[in-house]
Parts: sequence; C-alpha cells; structure tokens
Amino acid sequence: MTVDHSSVWLVIFALAIGSFLIRFSFLGLIGDRPMPEWVLRHLRYTPVAVLPGLVAPLVLWPAATGGSPDPARLSAALVTLLVGYLSRNVLAAILSGAATLYGMLFLLG
Amino acid sequence: MTSSNPKRHFLRGARDALPFILVIVPFALLFGVVATEAGLNVAEVMGFTVLVIAGAAQFAAVQLMTENAPTLIVILTALAVNLRMAMYSASLTPYLGSAPLWRRALVAYLMVDQAYALSQIKFELEPELTVTERFAYYIGTVVPLVPLWYSASYVGAVAGAQIPASFALDFALPITFLAMVAPALRTVAHVAAAVTSVVLALLMAWMPYGSGLLVAAIGAMIVGAQVELLMAKRATR
Repeated sequence: MTVDHSSVWLVIFALAIGSFLIRFSFLGLIGDRPMPEWVLRHLRYTPVAVLPGLVAPLVLWPAATGGSPDPARLSAALVTLLVGYLSRNVLAAILSGAATLYGMLFLLG
Repeated sequence: MTSSNPKRHFLRGARDALPFILVIVPFALLFGVVATEAGLNVAEVMGFTVLVIAGAAQFAAVQLMTENAPTLIVILTALAVNLRMAMYSASLTPYLGSAPLWRRALVAYLMVDQAYALSQIKFELEPELTVTERFAYYIGTVVPLVPLWYSASYVGAVAGAQIPASFALDFALPITFLAMVAPALRTVAHVAAAVTSVVLALLMAWMPYGSGLLVAAIGAMIVGAQVELLMAKRATR
C-alpha cells in the first residue's frame, strides 16, 4: 500500500483550506444569526454516518489477509466497539482492541 | 470565581484539558506511524498534522489514498468526516461571535473535539463570563494539546519507518475509528445512522473509487435525522 506522491500536497492543502472554512463557517461569517434546525439535525450525525462505513470493509475484508475475513481482526473490532460503547472511553477501547488483536494473532500463530 | 481575569481562565482551561493528553499523544503517534507506513514522508505527515489538524479526517484521507481513490473523492470524504466541526462552530458562535475577527480565526484553526467539548460546557454553565475570558479559556484548553499533537505525530513519523509488518498496523486505523464511534452511539438515532452507514457502505462497495462511502454517509445522515424526528414526536405524544 503506497500513495501517489503527486497528489499528496494537493490533498493536504485542499483539506487544510476546507477544514478551516468548515470550522470558521458560522463563527466567522454567520455571526449571531441562528442556523436552520434541519441543518443542525443532519450535521449531528456526520461522525457516525462516515466512520462506520469507512471501517466496515476494512474489518470484514482486510487487505493484509488478501481480503478474506480474519478471526483476529474481527474479534479485535468487536472488543473495541463493545469496550468503547460500555466505557465511553476512547483510550480504553483502543487499548483493549489492540490487546485483543495481538492476543489473537499470537494464539492463532 | 467572579473576578474578571482572563489569565486565570486561561490557566483553568489548560488544567481542564490535561486528561486529554492521554488521548491526543497516542492518536498523534499512531497517525505518524500509519501515514509513514502508507508511504508518506515526514514533511507530508507534518503538513497534514499542522495544516489540517484533524485526526479522523487525516486518517480517512490516508486510508483512501492507499486505496488509490481519486483525489477529489479523498478530499470530499475527509471533509465529510470534518463536517461535525460546522456544528461546533455554530454552537460556539453565540459565545464568541462578537470577538475580533483574528481571534475567531484562531478559534477556528484550533477547533478540536476536546477544546470544543470543554468550552461549550464551561460557557453554558458560566454565562457571566466576558468574551475575552471565554477566549482565554478556549486557548487555555488547546495549549497542552496542540503542541503535543504536532510533536507526537513527528515522533510517530520518524519511528514508523522502523516498525515491521508483523505488528499488524494495518488494523490500527479501524480500531481507532471504532473506538471513536462507539462512545458516540448515544441514542437510537445515532445507532440507526451507524448501522445504515455500515450496510450501505458494504452494499455500495462495488461503486468505483470509494464513492460508495459518500452515498452511504449521506444516506446515514438522513436516516439519523429522520429517526431523531420520529423519536421526538413519540416523546411528545
């Protein structure tokens, strides 16, 4: 897995400008005027709408195993999700997911 | 607590942000390592870290670039991950909207999840704060975090090249994203949006260049918003 270097800086600058404009948007331009409720209602769900869809294929069809489902990666994903949901603690979820992954990789050889 | 002293609120913000160092440092290290594994050089890693300064969006961009998605798709998807910041911006506007333009620009550049979360709660609980005090508190919350975000990312980029493939770092990214999403599954609407996102992304996996993910994300946002309306309607009945 390698990236095409000709486009890396284009991506960096586009994301830098785009991210700044998103962050500055209301603070800078709209001022104190209120936002339409329906816009806020959709924006509320952006993290949970984008990240699960991005992760799902990586969990089910990892490139490292040639795209076939892998018990170690599947169980690490489940443990991460469960610990994160129950503890509401990002760091605890990452650590238990990593521990599960390495534990399973070690056990399964 | 009634004295008008920006310095005090600045220090208070810095103190409140200290626990988040435990989240920021490993996350930044991981970005440095994952991006280096994907083939980025140190300058490119630091370009992301300093100019974009948004962990989840950076991870998403790097992942899509390794899949050789077209540049436009990479940019749109990573910006979609950052759209939540528009919500942060909107919710801070009543508190900081009357600050000078350069201060609002600085607040925008430094807008990270942790600074937003701390400041929003503080401003809501202490409505008597002046705009200057609010700005001081906000800057205080990022002071322990942002320099560490830069430096840990650099360390990760330099160390990343030396980590062998047997460490299964390909899976660092899925674990990090799942860990970020899980605590956000607070309501039925959030769960519905997440499930929609997964199902649509898997069904649309045949679509070229990762464009299926954009379709899945838009569908999931609509489902989340509609379920929220439905639940609210049911609650008032």
